[in-house]
This record gives sequence, structure tokens and C-alpha cells, in this order.
Amino acid sequence: MSDATLEQSRRALGEAERQRERSERRRGFILALPSFAYMVIFFAIPLVIVLVYSFATRTSTGSTALSDWNLDAYRKLGEPIVRNVVVRSVILALITTLVCLVVAYPFAWFCATRSALTRNLLLVAVMIPFWTNFLVRNYAWRILLSAGGPISSFTEAIGLGETNILFTKTAVVIGLVYAYLPFMILPLYASIDRLDRRLVEASSDLYASGPQTFRRVVLPLTMPGVIAGSILVFVPSMGAYVTPELLGGGKETLLGSYIVTQFLTARNWPVGASLSFVLMAVMLVSTIIYFRSGGKNL
Amino acid sequence: MSAGRRGLGGGLLRFNGAVVLAFLYAPIILLVVFSFSASRLPGQWGGFTTEWYQTLFDDSRIQRTIWVSLRVALVSTVISTVLGTMSALALERFRFRGRRVFDALLYLPIIIPDVTMAVMMLMFFTQAFDLLEVVFGLGLSKGFATIIVSHVAFNIAFVSVVVRARVAGMDATLEQAAADLYASRWQTFRYVTLPLIAPGVLGGALLAITLSLDDVVVTQFVAGPGSTTLPVYVFSLIRKGVTPTINAVSVIMLVASLILVAGSVALQRASAARGRQRLQTTGGIQ
Repeated sequence: MSDATLEQSRRALGEAERQRERSERRRGFILALPSFAYMVIFFAIPLVIVLVYSFATRTSTGSTALSDWNLDAYRKLGEPIVRNVVVRSVILALITTLVCLVVAYPFAWFCATRSALTRNLLLVAVMIPFWTNFLVRNYAWRILLSAGGPISSFTEAIGLGETNILFTKTAVVIGLVYAYLPFMILPLYASIDRLDRRLVEASSDLYASGPQTFRRVVLPLTMPGVIAGSILVFVPSMGAYVTPELLGGGKETLLGSYIVTQFLTARNWPVGASLSFVLMAVMLVSTIIYFRSGGKNL
Repeated sequence: MSAGRRGLGGGLLRFNGAVVLAFLYAPIILLVVFSFSASRLPGQWGGFTTEWYQTLFDDSRIQRTIWVSLRVALVSTVISTVLGTMSALALERFRFRGRRVFDALLYLPIIIPDVTMAVMMLMFFTQAFDLLEVVFGLGLSKGFATIIVSHVAFNIAFVSVVVRARVAGMDATLEQAAADLYASRWQTFRYVTLPLIAPGVLGGALLAITLSLDDVVVTQFVAGPGSTTLPVYVFSLIRKGVTPTINAVSVIMLVASLILVAGSVALQRASAARGRQRLQTTGGIQ
């Protein structure tokens, strides 16, 4: 075969290859198109609408004027009422995250150090409540904590007196911990399971005490799990609505409830929209921190 | 770790493990127990009765909301499973323009707070309905359709994640082999790809049903007067005050979600076993 024909057939092959690739691209695009279009219309556009509304003005009748654009709704975030709601939500979400972390870490460690069978059983046991209806799980605590309910009767029986924590911050934290504990346990378990146990042995061979080994070796190596779990608990706790409503009795208004009020009763859509955006910002920043810290998929 | 098994440390770990499991299960178990209690106070024991389940079956309002919930869950699950599976295959198997944007867009519904999603959908429908009324003179209102559209909007993302994991773990050479054996694209999909990703698709569908039946916040924002779902109705009842009947409804919802979990576990196991068997005997393709 002469060089010319070789060159020619090579070019033809390249052309066929390119054409194949183009048709593959088209095929992929067509396959993605229906859901892509759906997500743009019913997710991206709504998101943009919320952003636009957050710069709009609330009229005296409670409707929203889409003309006079301003930052009033964001300025309102600096007012004491709104600021208190935000600060209270952050504190409660932080407490929830810390409690989850302290409870989940030893539990995840416990799971990771069992035999394969026990470990799987334990993980399934953690997942089952997570799959059960969210509202029902919150309602169960409402019953447990109610005046004269099981927990109160129990503490009274052992001589601690009645406990009356329903409709307090404590009740809200208990409810949130209950709802989001699996989100903390699973990523922690994943990173503890990946931990190379020989490093722990090496550390104790080098005369590190238990706490030293934990602080210098184990904790840094399982940090991705700690960060992932903390974000997965903190973000939904910040935006929680059902739990504070049912267990806090609406007395302790949190960000989620405050936003809902702005839409369903106070009819101040711009403020509601700007707060929703603040909530989104918290979520996005946390997600970026997570990916930066070397996390993979959520 | 060795320290985990010995002495005080191991004992504390065991104790913590027991406390966590008790914390996770005690509320659910007690709820079931109290749903059979004759006391009018929903948190106290007053002897055995099934009275509350009886009132539940006589309550036409609750039954109506159960039907709404089931219809919403079924329709939204079918739509989001089809769309989610298509997008999973597209993202995992193809390169195309806008792939990265689409990928990012599909992550958002998973991490977005419920309340933000609810606000988005409410504002969107309000705007869209205003626009449609001005332009086409259509008088639309919130109801069954708006709930389904919203549920699909968050469920596509969840189905897609579950199916993608399955597609990523699948051997792409099987599809190439089918193509080499002159299977058409549709035949390859129908007889090779679909059976292999079926457990992922079913897992995604079950997750979608669960999330649809779970949702309170988004549905509350986009439901119309005649289209209240069971969770939204129960939520409004609880806020008015707890009654033994709510205990009974809750147990029904609990049982429904447990059936879904059991179903998902059983399906995954069965299809995994069948898949292995088929690969061993026939090499995968009939």
C-alpha cells in the first residue's frame, strides 16, 4: 500500500471516529434533555424567582410590587427580631451537631470494630429509623415528652420529679438529634472503617497515650467523616421547620418557621425570600467547605 | 482497634452502643404501644383497645387524604424514576454540552433545605399562574398537579444519584459485546443495560415513594384546598393538639414506611442473587 492511500484511509478513519463521537454526544444530550428541561423549568427558574423577589418591595396590602428594586429585605436581617431568630437557629443547629458528633463518634467506632455480620446489622439498625416517616418520628417524641408521658413518669418514679421539657429548646434539640443522627453516624463510620489500624498501633508503640493517639492520629485521619457528618447535620437543622413546630411549640421561633410565617401569615414575601437565600448560602458555603476538605460525593 | 475490646474503653463503647440503639428505637416502639392504649391521653397507658384504629377507619377525611398521598406518591415516583434513570445514564455514559451544569443542577435538590424548596415552588406557581392568566386567560390554581410537579422536582435528583451508583459499578463491556452481536440500541438497553441496573432503578423508585410520602413542608406550600396529603393533614392535627387517633394514624404511616424499607432490602437481595446466577449460567444475555 502506498503512503498516499494509507494517509487517505487514516483520514477517513479519523473522520468516521469524529462523526461517531458527534453522534454519541447528540445521543447523550437527547437522553438528558427531558430531565434537564424539567430541572431548568421547575427548579432553576423558581430559584431565580426567589432571588428576584428578595429585591422587591412589599406593598401595604401584603402583595409584592415587582418594580421598586431595593435591598430592604436584606437590611431587615440586621433588625433585632430577625437577627435573634438567625442567631438562635445557628446556636441550636450547632448544639445539635455537637451532640450528634459526641454520640455518633464512639458508636461509629464501635460499629467499625465489630465482625462483618454485627457491623452490617448495626448499620441496618441505624438506617431503619432514618427510612421511617419523618413526621411520625417527631410525633413520637411529642408523646414521649408530654406532661404525664412516659419520660416524665419514669423520672418521677426514680425520684427525680416530673420532667417538663416539651416546648423548650431541649426538646427541639432532642428531636433534631433523633432526626439527623444517622447522617452523622454513616460518614463517620465510612472514614473510621478506612482508617489504617496499623497507624494506631504504631502510635501506641511510640509511647503515645490513648488520648494522644486519638488527638494526633485518629482524629486528623477521620476528619473528612467529621466534617461531612457535621455539615449533613448542621444544614438541615438550620432549616428545620417540622421539629421546632412540633416540639418547640412555636415558642422558640427558628429560621425555618420564621420563613414559613413570612409566606403563609405575615405575607412579607421579600423578607421570606431573602431569608431563604441566606439559608441557601449557608448550605452552599458548607458544601464548598466539604468538597475543599477532600470530600467526595455527598 | 485493640483498645476497643478491652477493659473500661470497650465497656463504655458497648454502653454507648446500647444507649444509641435504645434512643433510636424506644420512641417508635412506645408509639406503637400507646396506639393500643385505652387512655384518652395519648402518652398514658389505660388498658388495651383497638378503638382508635376503629375511629380511624370511620374517618372519611383521613381516608381521603390517604388516597391523595398514594396517588401523588405513585404518579410522582413513576415520572421521577423514568427521568432520573435517563439522566443517570446520560451523565454516567455520555459526554455532551452542558453536562457539568446539569450535574451541578441535579445536586442542588439533595442539599437544599425543605423550606427553601417550598418557597421556590410557591413563588414559581404563583408567578406562572399569573402569567398564564394574563397571556392565555387560563385560571389555574394549586392542587394535585402542583404537588406532583414539586415532588418530581426533588425526586429526580435522588433517583438519579441511586441509579448512577449502579450504572458506574456496571461493566460497560457487556453493552459493547451486545452491540458487537448486532443487538440494536433498544435491544441492548432492554436486554443488557436495564436488567443490570434494575436494582438501582427499584432502589431509586422506593426512595422516591418514601420521600414523597414523607414530605410535609413543600406539599403544605403547594397544596390546594381539596388536595391535602396525609402528612400535611396530620401535621395540622398535631399542631391543634395530640389525640389517641393521631397515634393510630402514625402507626399506620410507620408500618407503610417499614414495608417500603423491607421491600427495598428484599428486592436488592433478590435481584443481586438473580443477577449472579444468570451471569454464571448464561453469561448474562438470553
